[in-house]
Amino acid sequence: MTLTVLAVDDSRTMRDMLRLALTGAGFETHLAEDGEHGLEVLEGLSPDAIITDINMPKLDGFGFIEAVRKQERHNGVPILVLTTESATELKQRARDGGATGWIVKPFDPAKLVRALHMVAG
Amino acid sequence: MSEPNDPMAEIRASFFIECEELLEAAQEGLQSMEDGSADSDTINSVFRAVHSIKGGAGAFGLDDLVKFAHSFETVLDEVRSGNYHPDQEAILLFFTCGDLLSDLVRSARDETPVDQDAIDRTLASLQAIAGEEEDEIADSEFQPMGLSLDLGLPDEGGADEAPAGAPAPAGFRIAFKPEEQLYALGNEPLYVLRALSQLGEMEAELQAADVPDLDDLNPKGAHLSWQIRLATEASLSEVEEVFEFVEGLCGLEISEDVAQAPDGTAPPPMPDFSALNADDDAADDSAAEDGPAPFSGGDREDEDDTPLPAERNVPVKAAPKTGGAASAPAAAKATVRVDLERIDRLVNLVGELVINQAMLSQSVTEAGLPPNSPVVNGLEEFMQLTRDIQDSVMMIRAQPVKSLFQRMSRIVREASATIGKTVRLKTDGDATEVDKTVIERLADPLTHMIRNAVDHGLEKTDDRLAAGKPAEGLVTLSAGHRSGRVVIEVSDDGGGINRDRVLKVAIQKGLIPEDSTLTDSEIDNLLFLPGFSTASEVSSLSGRGVGMDVVKSSIQGLGGRISISSERGKGTTFSISLPLTLAVLDGMVVHVAGETLVVPLNAIVETLTLSSGDIRKLGPETNVVQIRGEFVPLLDLGTELGYREPLEDYCGGIILLIAHEDGSRAALVVDSIHDQRQVVIKGLQDSYGHVPGVAAATILGDGQIALILDPIDITANASGRTCPKKSHIMEVV
Repeated sequence: MTLTVLAVDDSRTMRDMLRLALTGAGFETHLAEDGEHGLEVLEGLSPDAIITDINMPKLDGFGFIEAVRKQERHNGVPILVLTTESATELKQRARDGGATGWIVKPFDPAKLVRALHMVAG
Repeated sequence: MSEPNDPMAEIRASFFIECEELLEAAQEGLQSMEDGSADSDTINSVFRAVHSIKGGAGAFGLDDLVKFAHSFETVLDEVRSGNYHPDQEAILLFFTCGDLLSDLVRSARDETPVDQDAIDRTLASLQAIAGEEEDEIADSEFQPMGLSLDLGLPDEGGADEAPAGAPAPAGFRIAFKPEEQLYALGNEPLYVLRALSQLGEMEAELQAADVPDLDDLNPKGAHLSWQIRLATEASLSEVEEVFEFVEGLCGLEISEDVAQAPDGTAPPPMPDFSALNADDDAADDSAAEDGPAPFSGGDREDEDDTPLPAERNVPVKAAPKTGGAASAPAAAKATVRVDLERIDRLVNLVGELVINQAMLSQSVTEAGLPPNSPVVNGLEEFMQLTRDIQDSVMMIRAQPVKSLFQRMSRIVREASATIGKTVRLKTDGDATEVDKTVIERLADPLTHMIRNAVDHGLEKTDDRLAAGKPAEGLVTLSAGHRSGRVVIEVSDDGGGINRDRVLKVAIQKGLIPEDSTLTDSEIDNLLFLPGFSTASEVSSLSGRGVGMDVVKSSIQGLGGRISISSERGKGTTFSISLPLTLAVLDGMVVHVAGETLVVPLNAIVETLTLSSGDIRKLGPETNVVQIRGEFVPLLDLGTELGYREPLEDYCGGIILLIAHEDGSRAALVVDSIHDQRQVVIKGLQDSYGHVPGVAAATILGDGQIALILDPIDITANASGRTCPKKSHIMEVV
């Protein structure tokens, strides 16, 4: 079964890398440039997992997650946050923000794929 | 440069392009921070820009860049969160950081060296700020960012020498009891178990005893737990990685099954989950052992763990795609990067197309086809299309001058720091678009002009205060479109040109005769003479030797013109006027003395037919023409170009009224106007150098070659002879 993944990041480089890693691993990959754009994409998509950056213009990652969790249709979807943050408060912050898991940038594609399988099957 | 089928190289190239954009955004944000017009969004955008650069740089193992961006970002984060309020000095430091960051990006891209001293100094200043604010920052400063589990545990350095080489246990016993929160955050134990099963032979025993009766069942509650035995070669950290996202949201106990306990051994008693926490030392092992991509947040020496080298990607990339499942990205605004060479080729082809179309039009006209015939109509549409294509192609090459202007703000900062003046650069019209080549070739002359403005244009601070001006000097850089050309102005609010001194210097240097009487504007233009330098002491900044004459010839090389206006005590403005494009221009095809010439349309204000009453004699050899009450010098194009002697009578001749940048005008006499059309510019510079009065050449529709004139140059250097030598008969009143 092909997993559908939505990846949200405002950095084009990061989006390129996500696309490369995700499509390379056989995921159906959708990309969005910021939280707002991500929500728009979600209107027509039910992904098996979402990956989102935290620092983004318009609507940041946590705002995005909050909005997603409020939607009946998407509230159970596993969401991984992408972050370069140092680890100190990372986990708690991610969980407080409603994230399922986290990926530290720069990410290892194989690890990203493993993480996705861990949360989305 | 980049292998077309190496996706990492492509992403790397696009990363550097993105960096330029991010640096621009950062610069812009810093500018508003300096103005005081920054809100939290602005500061956030600067932070984000630096953050994104760091993120990308990490992916390509650009450690120096990561390190610097990280330090900068740390301080910006403090600003963002309101813990640190930067003063003017700190903002200057931020600007320097932006500059160095941009140096580092270029250094990484082009593999050029950077000023390591400056970087170290700046890093130290950043750390001083960060340290002042919060010691914690210094702590996290150079911590690698672990990929797995909780790295946040303060630990006594044992993490790095984790027993990676220790013999792997034969297996693990795991007790796993999800809590409610685990489900709420979107985790699914099934997938966790599945991931675990991929590490080896797994036996999982479901403990469902806690599941209440259906009536009492809370569907969101957590009632299940598992006892797992995993026979695996995998290390503890690999096992823990599987539980990374659920650790802390479940009861979890992982113990090594080293002894290969014989089957039938009673499993360990169900642990007391409430007291259970996997945050033991093992958690740290995982960080060190888990090979991939520790985030080098700082000066880490973990070479063997270089983040994400390209080959790591290969297997992922090589994994077969599942048909069309990998859908197109949903990203809205797509851009394509194209080799500049290809665009240039397209520009050239369109140039040829324009010529071709002109030739075709001419043939059709000569064939005498009726104006309404299908061929003529079709041709008209073809002309329109050609023009549209041309415009579109030119637009591809056009870029906003913003990036150029931002580079200038760095020049101002560096220049003012070098000579100890406080200077602010104001930019205007950054969005104005100019041909890419023009932008590139403007950088040097503009840099020189900006330095000049800071160094010579602005007075010393004391003098400014004495003159009742603010201590801070202002240099304004503006761009805009004016009558089909791009006008870029560099002004300062300094003391203006000291004309007495300019005159004296010019006489001293023998540039002009001692008894010259010059107008103000003529004196100002002496600055453009080769070998002219006014600063009595030559500073390290403006340097020696390179003068405004070089600036002028670079601008002319772009088909542009430069002019000065200055008011004593108020300041000086240099105005550069450039063609929109270097490839094509709208021209008027005229005949003079049997020659066919092209005059750029944008230089012509209007065309008139001379009647006898308009011409007034002025001096022995020159005439002026009265146009609506104003007297304008009359110039014979044929005479100026050396084609013929002045005519006896210009009555009935056609004049082209030419306007200079400074508003003065001149009337050029031609014999007839043939046509108005677009012509493709074929440069003469390479073969002939700069020919006075001639801008370039072109090929007309009939294949004839015609010179494209530079009417401003002609009229500025004209002899003005419009009276025949032998007699002075004509004085028409």
